[in-house]
Amino acid sequence: MEKQTKLTRRHFIALSVLGAGGMCLLSRCSNPPLSPWRFITVQESDLLDALVEQIIPTDEWPGGRDAGVTNFIDMQLTGPYTRYQETYRKGLQAIQETCKTKFQKRFEELSFDQQTQFLKSMEAGKMEGKLWEKGFDRQFFRLIRDHSLQGFYGSPRHGGNKNNISYKMMRLDYPVIVGQNRYNN
Amino acid sequence: MGNKHVNAIVVGAGAGGGIVAKELSVAGLSVVLFERGGWATYDDTDTDELKSQRTTPLGNAYGPDDLRYRRVIENTDGSTYTVLPSEGSYNNNAACVGSGTVSYGAMAWRFMQEDFKLKTTYGAIEGSTLADWPFTYEDLEPCYEKAEWEIGVAGDATQNPFGAPRKKPYPMPPFSHNKEAQLLYDAAKRLGYHPFPIPMLRNSIPYGGRPACIRMRTCCGYACPVNAKCGTQNTVIPVAIATGNCELRINSVVSEILVNEQGKITGVTYFDEKNRKQIQTADIVVVSCSATETARLLLNSKSKFFPNGIGNENDWVGRNLQGHAYTGAYGIFEDEVYDDLGPGASVAISDFNHHNPGIMGGGVLCNEFIRMPYSFTGIRPPGSASWGKEHKAFQRLNFKRVAQAVGPYQEIPNFEARVKVDPVVKDFWGIPVVRLSGSRHEKDIEGCKLMSEKAELWLKEAGAIQTWQSLGGGKGISGGQHQAGTCRMGNDPKTSVTDKFGRIHAVPNLFVADGSLNVNNGGFNPALTIMALGFRVGGYIASEWSKGNRFK
Ligand SMILES: Cc1cc2nc3c(=O)[nH]c(=O)nc-3n(C[C@H](O)[C@H](O)[C@H](O)COP(=O)(O)OP(=O)(O)OC[C@H]3O[C@@H](n4cnc5c(N)ncnc54)[C@H](O)[C@@H]3O)c2cc1C
Ligand code: SF4
Repeated sequence: MEKQTKLTRRHFIALSVLGAGGMCLLSRCSNPPLSPWRFITVQESDLLDALVEQIIPTDEWPGGRDAGVTNFIDMQLTGPYTRYQETYRKGLQAIQETCKTKFQKRFEELSFDQQTQFLKSMEAGKMEGKLWEKGFDRQFFRLIRDHSLQGFYGSPRHGGNKNNISYKMMRLDYPVIVGQNRYNN
Repeated sequence: MGNKHVNAIVVGAGAGGGIVAKELSVAGLSVVLFERGGWATYDDTDTDELKSQRTTPLGNAYGPDDLRYRRVIENTDGSTYTVLPSEGSYNNNAACVGSGTVSYGAMAWRFMQEDFKLKTTYGAIEGSTLADWPFTYEDLEPCYEKAEWEIGVAGDATQNPFGAPRKKPYPMPPFSHNKEAQLLYDAAKRLGYHPFPIPMLRNSIPYGGRPACIRMRTCCGYACPVNAKCGTQNTVIPVAIATGNCELRINSVVSEILVNEQGKITGVTYFDEKNRKQIQTADIVVVSCSATETARLLLNSKSKFFPNGIGNENDWVGRNLQGHAYTGAYGIFEDEVYDDLGPGASVAISDFNHHNPGIMGGGVLCNEFIRMPYSFTGIRPPGSASWGKEHKAFQRLNFKRVAQAVGPYQEIPNFEARVKVDPVVKDFWGIPVVRLSGSRHEKDIEGCKLMSEKAELWLKEAGAIQTWQSLGGGKGISGGQHQAGTCRMGNDPKTSVTDKFGRIHAVPNLFVADGSLNVNNGGFNPALTIMALGFRVGGYIASEWSKGNRFK
């Protein structure tokens, strides 16, 4: 009985590690150019910058890129979102490959409006081809959207919302005590 | 070395369990109070919206964690998938000393007289296990009073004409309304409704040796930095420990209830803080793990005497799982209605609890707790963009101009909405996990529509220039923070799991004391009722014990 429980426990741990994507297999160790990021490559970070900027564009206030949303996503991908590593790698690649076939360009080289249209078709599930099968377009779009919004509107401690920018934009004093008006990091 | 035998084991230091532990240890019984989590403090995650107990993309602030816990969800076609505690379909409450009472919104509702006799009030409903409770509101009233005074509630019952009769007022005066609540209060008056301040398990004045609330933006989903929120962790549990009779054993996960060769309950097995399997014996065991986990523990306790799990002879353990269908509406106002006076929710109307033609039950409607920036990204009129320029501008322009009126709609008990244990998936300790299946009663949506319409009209009267409904009650499993009903009380062992004092039928020394007991869940948040049940079960055991009953 005792033995069995132990086995199951080990089995459980083994499973969790697998779920974590086998960190080294997927991460930068297999990508020659050294990346300053934790999980993403330099090229992926350029693409992510463009994507998060689409979700939260710069207007009279900074957008996703300047608020460090890419950093938020990278940070979570080696933390609570380790389970999404594979999805990101696959999804980011699918976006670039589709752009190459369609426009002979990388996503971040498209005009802002072209990028918007591209994401709108992902959102609507209208992407074609094997790369986007089984609703992967919608699924990956939602992931990027939700994670970007978290990075921009969540606590700066997780790597995004640099300088409390979204709180300032929404005119929310921080810390959250009535009568206080301080922005600390 | 073995553990010393005690009079009573209480499993789970939440709303129900904390109170039972206190009642028993004050009465002189030796008690071990088990809690799978640890002590929670505000500093763990403070005001971090992404890791709170209300919005949880990066994890639950106050447990359980994503590393060691799992649940399985069964779809209607029988297929299944595994979920983490940080995912909504896990239907989490919390895991720490005090459990949900550390981070709750702290609304302190008594159910109404009708809620204890729904079947008599509404008649049988097709596809529902609707029943009357085995006792009346009047029987539970003294326990409600104990909960209000020993844990601490601020409110003014005289302003709510629909509230059930009571003997004593609340121990603390009510909170004042913030700007949005005042607008809604005035509008309700104009509509002929009966608005009143929400009773709250928060200190409006210093009480119980703890200070008054400083009215922050973050409260619901967060621990309290000044200890003004009243939970079991800062009231009854310290009292229990101070008696010297109660040992709180944290980071200890109870895995099974032990049955001896004569078929008698003798204690529990558990994994201690170092994950070592241990045994604790006792004369009495009280299970207070919350509706999902209590059912799991009973179902996981299989033996030749209880081949289907303890208390499950008639297949009722885990049945009738219910939470609340949250339903209401949003409104955008021309002027800002947000004045940053937390925690947000402060005005309620009880005009739609019961006596709505064609609808069973109903629910209380309140203005909502302050939504933090990320939560607000999901609040948009139908058809709006969920990203991009327009979405960002809405966030900036309307955060301070949106109010929500919303409430917990009383769900119709459904036998098929249930907790089972999964035959395959196990948690970190190798214990089979909860498997949730079934769905809400299909009629819930009708009551939700009615309430959402009322909420919309209320917001319009308050001055909203644009409104839309946030309709609850759709298909799917309901449990979560308000989980209840899985070990229902009753007089007939064939259609219930425990008797009217929470004792498992046919087992003399095993009790349940948490939301599992609720026969139905009221049109109100359930914590105060669960606390009252804790006083009822704990008080019963203590008084019997003092008369010499050893529950053999
Ligand atoms: C964000 C939030 C807001 C809320 N707002 C309100 C509100 O405004 N008003 C209201 O009335 N209610 C509110 N609630 C709900 C309220 O907290 C619950 O209804 C209440 O805590 C349930 O009581 P319980 O005794 O059934 O279970 P719990 O209080 O959940 O207690 C169960 C305890 O058992 C422990 N446990 C479980 N299994 C084991 C095991 N195997 N071994 C050891 N320990 C175990 C758990 O860790 C937990 O501490 C809120 C909850 C949350 C999370
Ligand atoms: S609003 Fe009051 S009760 Fe709630 S956490 Fe802040 S101080 Fe505590």
